[in-house]
Amino acid sequence: MSAVLIIAEHNGRELNSATARCVTCAASLPGARITVAVFAANAAVAQQAAAIQGVAEVLSVCDEVNAHALAATLAPQIVALAAPYELLLAAATTFGKDLMPRVAALLDAPQVSDICAIETSRRFRRPIFAGNIIATVDAGSEPKVVGTVRAASYQAATTGGSAPVRDVARPDVPLPTHTRFIELSAPKSDRPDLQSAARVVSGGRGFGSAENFQLLYRLADKIGAAVGASRAAVDAGFAANEMQVGQTGKIVAPELYVAVGISGAIQHLTGIKDARTIVAINKDAEAPIFEVADLGLVGDLFKILPEIEAALGG
Amino acid sequence: MRTLLVGVKRVPDYNVRMRLRPDGALAMEGMKLALNPFDEIALEEALRLRERGLADEVVVATIAPADAQAQLRTALAMGATRAIHVVHAESVEPLDVARLLLALVQREQPLAVLLGKQAVDEDHSQTGQMLAALWNRPQVTFASQITFNGETARVNREVDAGTEVLDIDLPAVFTTDLRLNQPRYIKLPDIMKAKQKPLQTITPAELGVTVRQRLKSVAYTAPAARSKGRLVADAAELVKELRQRGVLR
Repeated sequence: MSAVLIIAEHNGRELNSATARCVTCAASLPGARITVAVFAANAAVAQQAAAIQGVAEVLSVCDEVNAHALAATLAPQIVALAAPYELLLAAATTFGKDLMPRVAALLDAPQVSDICAIETSRRFRRPIFAGNIIATVDAGSEPKVVGTVRAASYQAATTGGSAPVRDVARPDVPLPTHTRFIELSAPKSDRPDLQSAARVVSGGRGFGSAENFQLLYRLADKIGAAVGASRAAVDAGFAANEMQVGQTGKIVAPELYVAVGISGAIQHLTGIKDARTIVAINKDAEAPIFEVADLGLVGDLFKILPEIEAALGG
Repeated sequence: MRTLLVGVKRVPDYNVRMRLRPDGALAMEGMKLALNPFDEIALEEALRLRERGLADEVVVATIAPADAQAQLRTALAMGATRAIHVVHAESVEPLDVARLLLALVQREQPLAVLLGKQAVDEDHSQTGQMLAALWNRPQVTFASQITFNGETARVNREVDAGTEVLDIDLPAVFTTDLRLNQPRYIKLPDIMKAKQKPLQTITPAELGVTVRQRLKSVAYTAPAARSKGRLVADAAELVKELRQRGVLR
């Protein structure tokens, strides 16, 4: 039996769907016993974690110090609870990427980043070289391994479970005061979250300006999609940083991914390759994006996007 | 002396697509090697902090085989004051890189350590966080803005939800994201000057660190390729096809 501890990711109110994807990853390990640890300032998120199918137990560490997720504050608490577990996981989001190496170093344990497949509790597959190569890595007889999970490689585990929630007092370990949360400036948007949306439309340099991106927002709102952008479009100032899709931005795995005016650099393709259906719209018929697209349409996006809107009807 | 320590890694040029040899090994022969682009951003930020009078020297350090001096000379040509080359023939895992950097931190007592948010070869994104943990100091990962205010710093981090603002005490570890800055171009006279700058070599043993392999790469494979689809004639056919596939209403 492999005892797995998953660190829940949340915004203080809602569990991030990446956590349920981590549960699916852990559950692919035969005989895994999955515990989810929720560090929060209230108990609401722990209840949501308990509803994920496949979770054996939820540890709820409810304390005001955990109102904002700071790696420097969370890591010592996780280490204090880590003794029974041989594998510690979180999603390879900015939350997990920030936190888990700090945990690994304090545990003197190796970390496997961006796990896309678990073969045994010590053997994993992960992408390297911007996804051009998949490496199989083996941690031998290490007593503990820390990992981050490439969430796009897994479906979210379904809800409807009812795991017991165990309230755990904040571990009695010194917590640093050298790192202080000031604010999170998140763009106000009614659109779905980019990383968990079923549909994503993304724009590239082909749009030519931030104003022209409005065409993309209109299409997104028409089909209930999140909006992403290529690195080139973000660098050119057409779209905000947090909209960047790709190996160095966000990795997405929607049902439908529509790439508009995106040529398809390898680091972008790595970020979308788990999408179920990829649509490419580009005026250059030779663009690499067409090599991975299920459906391609060659032409001027400024002409095609209004036509798609019209074809979708009222 | 207010020192900024910048960790850099030599990696295959990110413009070159890594392939597998017929025997399944990485095709490294003849591969063009360069500084990790995220580390160049870290170095650029350190140079700007020094130019603003917030630091006195920028020390660049790498852990790499003996033939990696060319990349350190590049970093010196960009403007680093001096370089430290921790010579080790094999690849070193992030946790041991962090331990080696910690040993350098104890010698150099820097005001800050700056590194790229990840190296574009192994894509671990671990070293900075691990160093911060071992050093018991703040970590600012994915930094997109850094402002020193005496003993503290105000920083912006690029996180999935948007931009997070933190206040941290110095010294601290920063890992740099793409949009923190645009690294400068190197001019020919700087390349000549770099040849005269101090470059110290040292071994892990001299730093009191035993490097060991905990993670073994047992196989490399090519990722599953997506098959190429087909072109549609116009927007109407596209919408019709997507509806048939059930991905659009």
